[in-house]
Amino acid sequence: MNFKQLFKESEDEYNSIIRGKSPVILIGSATCGKSAGALEIAATFKKEINEQHLDAEVIEVGCIGLCYLEPIVTIIKPEMPAIFYGQVTKKIAKKLVTEYLNGNNPMTEYALGTVGEKGVEGIPALFEIPVMKPQVRRILRNCGFIDPSNIKHYIANGGYSGLNAALKIKPLDVIENIKNSGLRGRGGAGFPTWMKWKFCVDSEADKKYLICNADEGDPGAFMNRSLLESDPHSVLEGIVIASYAIGVKEAYIYCRAEYPLALERLKHAISEMKEMGFLGDNILETGFDLNITIKEGAGAFVCGEETALIASIEGKRGMPRTRPPFPTTSGLWGKPTVINNVETMASVSMIMQSGYNHFIEFGTDESKGTKTFSLVGNVKNTGLIEVPLGTTLREVIYEIGGGISGDGTFKAVQIGGPSGGCLPESFLDTRIDYDSLTMAVAIMGSGGLVVMDNNSCMVDVARYFLDFIQNESCGKCVPCRLGTKQMLDILTDITLGNGKKGDKELLKDLSQGIKDGSLCGLGQTSPNPVLTTLKFFEDEYEAHIIEKRCPALLCKELINYKVIDEKCEGCMLCLKSCPVGAVSGVKKQVHKIDIDKCIKCGTCIELCSGKYNAIERVNKY
Amino acid sequence: MTKILDEILCNYKGNKSELIPLLQDIQSNFGYLSEEAIKEVSKFTRVAESEIYGVATFYTQFRFTPVGKKHIMVCKGTACHVKGAPQIIEGIERHLGIKEGEVTLDLDYSLESVGCLGCCALAPCAMINEDVESNMTLKDIKKMFRRMERESKEDS
Repeated sequence: MNFKQLFKESEDEYNSIIRGKSPVILIGSATCGKSAGALEIAATFKKEINEQHLDAEVIEVGCIGLCYLEPIVTIIKPEMPAIFYGQVTKKIAKKLVTEYLNGNNPMTEYALGTVGEKGVEGIPALFEIPVMKPQVRRILRNCGFIDPSNIKHYIANGGYSGLNAALKIKPLDVIENIKNSGLRGRGGAGFPTWMKWKFCVDSEADKKYLICNADEGDPGAFMNRSLLESDPHSVLEGIVIASYAIGVKEAYIYCRAEYPLALERLKHAISEMKEMGFLGDNILETGFDLNITIKEGAGAFVCGEETALIASIEGKRGMPRTRPPFPTTSGLWGKPTVINNVETMASVSMIMQSGYNHFIEFGTDESKGTKTFSLVGNVKNTGLIEVPLGTTLREVIYEIGGGISGDGTFKAVQIGGPSGGCLPESFLDTRIDYDSLTMAVAIMGSGGLVVMDNNSCMVDVARYFLDFIQNESCGKCVPCRLGTKQMLDILTDITLGNGKKGDKELLKDLSQGIKDGSLCGLGQTSPNPVLTTLKFFEDEYEAHIIEKRCPALLCKELINYKVIDEKCEGCMLCLKSCPVGAVSGVKKQVHKIDIDKCIKCGTCIELCSGKYNAIERVNKY
Repeated sequence: MTKILDEILCNYKGNKSELIPLLQDIQSNFGYLSEEAIKEVSKFTRVAESEIYGVATFYTQFRFTPVGKKHIMVCKGTACHVKGAPQIIEGIERHLGIKEGEVTLDLDYSLESVGCLGCCALAPCAMINEDVESNMTLKDIKKMFRRMERESKEDS
């Protein structure tokens, strides 16, 4: 069957489901949805539909990115726009079946928005609500809308037309298209994709390899997970196109084992591709052959570094080696190898589907296109977002993120994971693109944005990242292995109240040594979280070292818990739940915390906050 | 054990590049890598035992002791850290009476922390066997264990 026929067949099948005679219920069932109870909701819908003798189909889809509103359900009735519902409980699910599927009441009170030509009175258009409006959904266009385990849904929405177009032109012309798009690697460093490909093409060898790096190890980042779970084919199509352009017959996807659902969806998608003739021998009858092998990572952050990743695929300890030679000259098994990020691959398929002009509609001169970010931490609207490169941090945090959650105030945004930095409020108007962020002493990294409020201690955050780096350092370079250990010890001392004069200078010295003396990116960038917090939050270090005070009231050794007498109603809640019996008192009388017994676990504050707010953290000294 | 191990080995050619997938396969069947299993893998792949240990100890996924029936992996990602993951780990430690990296005496539970589960928008979170627990709070820890105990009773 040629591509045209495949498309027609897929489109017919997709339309018969989505725009068919009976209603369809889409349940967001990526990892975030599932952990919020999506599967139970799906079961409730199925049960109710059955009991009420209705004709409707329930389909599990991916994630539209509004993770804070999970479980998200979309109902598409004939002649009606798709209506999205958020935080759906079993009770709401039952109501939706009775009132909307079996009746005509769209239950506007639970609705988030509509997608479709027609609207529904009382429900805004989904892409007009504040969290969605500043976003441009290109990479995520299919996420939450198509069934990720049905290749026909992807084809019907333009999928694999990029591959079909690429196979009709010469490999070098594909590279030319990517060059015209200005696409830069989405893994963090931002190297022009076409150039990497060209280097590999120019290296002479009997065999070449392509590896898609899905070892998303940055803590606080989950863009790749979500994309692989919600639209795996967009990544796989990009891999096939890139392989064709470079002249690769064997490609790998290196995906973290911590992402079981992503792995499952990838395996299924690859088997579908083979069936359809998008993978294997003689792809789309053009004579081009390709196989894709999935390699599961085994939990080593450093394997995100390309030479370590290669060592890991070869069955060795994942330790980086010196570059040059770069992998494009000598990579996997000593052969020229291109390593591209998941989102880079998805961008490639989009560029080949819609043309590079479509891609360059957004972005800045030097950073073209859109980029996905995981917006998490202390913001109201946490989730996966996609914005044009060049958007400011302020727009992302305050417009899309809805500002700081609870009653906290903004303190910092951590960008770029352990290699990045913490930026203070004065940097909120920084544009998010490769070059502006490098100038602001952070890096874009793969796209994790962790927002921190005034309850976050910046010394503790720096300590946290060094603890992470200490665990993940492969041990090859002494400055990284031992230098970060020394830095961690110093920072731990500071948070324990044992900081000394001269610690800050020593940290800076060590940072320089580690930057200069480490082989790979992990080591070279590991001091960044410390350097940026030292630069922008020096007063917090001073408070810890000199006054033995934690301004965020977080470092346990520097604080005590205390009952605010005027607010305590004597409800006994904290008293009963204290794991060490440190609270004493009788009913309806002010309680007291024995500071010698108290382990500062936080249970009492958690219970009391929102009710009486009668327990506070105070400085010890 | 040998029989299952043989069955697993049958699916591999014995190349060195298969070492990590092979160890993963063994661990997912037995829950950990036993001395015996490593010896067999060494014979099969002709890679020295010391080198296999070298590789296996490098990756945090591999374990050399059994885990509990419910293996709890608390996420220590940045978002979880900011939202109180350290307190959650301490809370679970207190509840189970074990420390991170240990197994309860009855082998019902084991506790570990992991880099990042990628569920950052619903932090703090943890993975219990294959299921993700999200938006965890200290006060819900007891409830969570009660629910798990009920579930395992129902299963048996």
